[in-house]
Amino acid sequence: MSDEIIWQVINQQFCSYKMKTDYQNFCRNEYNVTGLCSRQSCPLANAKYATIKNIDGKLYLYMKTAERAHTPSKLWERIKLSKNYEKALQQVDEHLLYWNKFLIHKCKQRLTKFTQIAITERRMALKEEERSYVGVAPKVKRREVNRERKALSAAKIEKTIEKELLTRLKTGAYGEKPLNVDEKIWKKVLGDMQEENELEDEEDYDEEEEEEEEEGVGEIEYVEEDDEEDMVDVEDLEKWLEGDNSGDEEGLVNDDSEEESSDDDQDDDENMKAIDKHSKDDFNDESKKRGKNEGGSGKKKRRRRPNVEIEIEHENAGNLLAQ
Amino acid sequence: MGTTSKNFKIKNKDVRTQINLKHKKEKSKLKREERKERREKGLPKQVPDTIDGKREYDETIKNPEDSDSSVDNSDSEDEKENEKQDDDDQQGDFSSYFKDGKDPKILITTSANCTRHAYNFVDCFGELFEDIKFIKRKRNYSMNDMARLSSNRGYTHLVVVNEDKKTINGITFIALPEGPTYYFSVSSYIEGKKIPGHGKATSHIPELVLNNFKTSLGASVGNLFKSLFPHKPDIEGRQVITIHNQRDFMFFRRHRYVFRNEEKVGLQELGPQFTLRLRRVQRGVKGETEWEHKPSMDKQKKKFYL
Repeated sequence: MSDEIIWQVINQQFCSYKMKTDYQNFCRNEYNVTGLCSRQSCPLANAKYATIKNIDGKLYLYMKTAERAHTPSKLWERIKLSKNYEKALQQVDEHLLYWNKFLIHKCKQRLTKFTQIAITERRMALKEEERSYVGVAPKVKRREVNRERKALSAAKIEKTIEKELLTRLKTGAYGEKPLNVDEKIWKKVLGDMQEENELEDEEDYDEEEEEEEEEGVGEIEYVEEDDEEDMVDVEDLEKWLEGDNSGDEEGLVNDDSEEESSDDDQDDDENMKAIDKHSKDDFNDESKKRGKNEGGSGKKKRRRRPNVEIEIEHENAGNLLAQ
Repeated sequence: MGTTSKNFKIKNKDVRTQINLKHKKEKSKLKREERKERREKGLPKQVPDTIDGKREYDETIKNPEDSDSSVDNSDSEDEKENEKQDDDDQQGDFSSYFKDGKDPKILITTSANCTRHAYNFVDCFGELFEDIKFIKRKRNYSMNDMARLSSNRGYTHLVVVNEDKKTINGITFIALPEGPTYYFSVSSYIEGKKIPGHGKATSHIPELVLNNFKTSLGASVGNLFKSLFPHKPDIEGRQVITIHNQRDFMFFRRHRYVFRNEEKVGLQELGPQFTLRLRRVQRGVKGETEWEHKPSMDKQKKKFYL
């Protein structure tokens, strides 16, 4: 069958590998070199075709020609590619000499993609991954949203808070002279409480002791402050926590020595300005500053490491919920 | 009457709505009268039949009346004595807070490679707690490293906010130094500014209201929240933080209150709002998993774990 006929069928009638979307048609055939459904990159409608495949981490160059078209079992000729990226590129060049420019280019692109994926995979395996990803079905998500909504309406939060606050007021949890109540109201409440207490006193003397214990609630106690001791730690970890006050130079030295294998967008130590707790305005201001710094400093300093460009793909990030 | 039946429908919309409205009013009037009658007879109020009432039996729920309304952070020390006898192991997790009477010191950080969304959330958190310090996350320190280090520096809690695709989706609380580790999912987060009629918060230490933490697991979660706030609230600030547990969803709210008279309380929301759901409890610092939420647990509608 000629290629043209095959393509007519695939394009105009039906192809089981074809995936139609609104803007573009994709191909699910594993031999497809681009993943797109087009005349040029269709592995079925081209008698002369080449692609790269990744089989158990090893890369192969697959080629088929019209001469072997009559023997489907021997249709594809495959060549194992070198682990060295440059050598592999050379191999592709050699084997696809005088081939279609399009196929040569796409094969090389695919080779590059696979090498990059392998690099990221290796790095991720080295790193201790603390996030584990668990898929959440849309159905479950929807169910949880609905249940949350229903639970919220059943909770009647404001009412319960009001009730709780009133019981606290009336049981005297706020102490003898509470600062959160108007005096008139407090006198009324106090009056009620005393009446109740008198009644209870008559009824039961045993409970008295417990009552008194509870009244001690509001008393001021003086508790030791948790003192800031001098800590001796692993140096580099210390660095991380200190961040702000210890010298920046030290940090750089440390960073260089150990971070070569780690990722690229570590911000420098300036960014790690810790935020003082007591003044809350400072908390906000500092963090705003930090936000501004981020952009500039990212450009200013790049991690040193063999220069490899990484594309990170978010293909099936759709349903993942980070845990 | 026949107006709402499928067979017969009044074709004029105005007339139809008027008649339907009339019926509705009659119905509600009847109900009101019924309610009045009940009140006059001295019968108890009718409570709507919700799944909370049909909750499956849990042997760890001690005394429903007792734990209904939990205590504010000021008298947690008193409670300590009561609870000490009840369950020693629960309190053991937060011994530095409950036994030694130490106030919390919190270190907060985010997951690696966060965007402004997480930092905004962290800012919100900074306003809620008294002694809290934010440090930007560096990727090469694992949670275990951070926990070890911060506990050496006297921190009592490590909080890690998790961001995924520009939304806050989780939060981890590690009680230092010995754990346990709690992982919550976060949903429907609304910052204070976006709440209509919100007030402005002051820097007073708020009171704490923990509602409905009934089971022993719930109690331990409640203890975690208690241990995040200092023992003595500034009651002159009239601020209250509520964590209300309903059907395993924990609703976080912050209000300012005022006692209008001895029966009425006015509340003004200060924000932020968010909903937590317990997903995992681990012993120690991210150690062995003690309890984990599984999707299959959702199948039983009337079984609640907190």
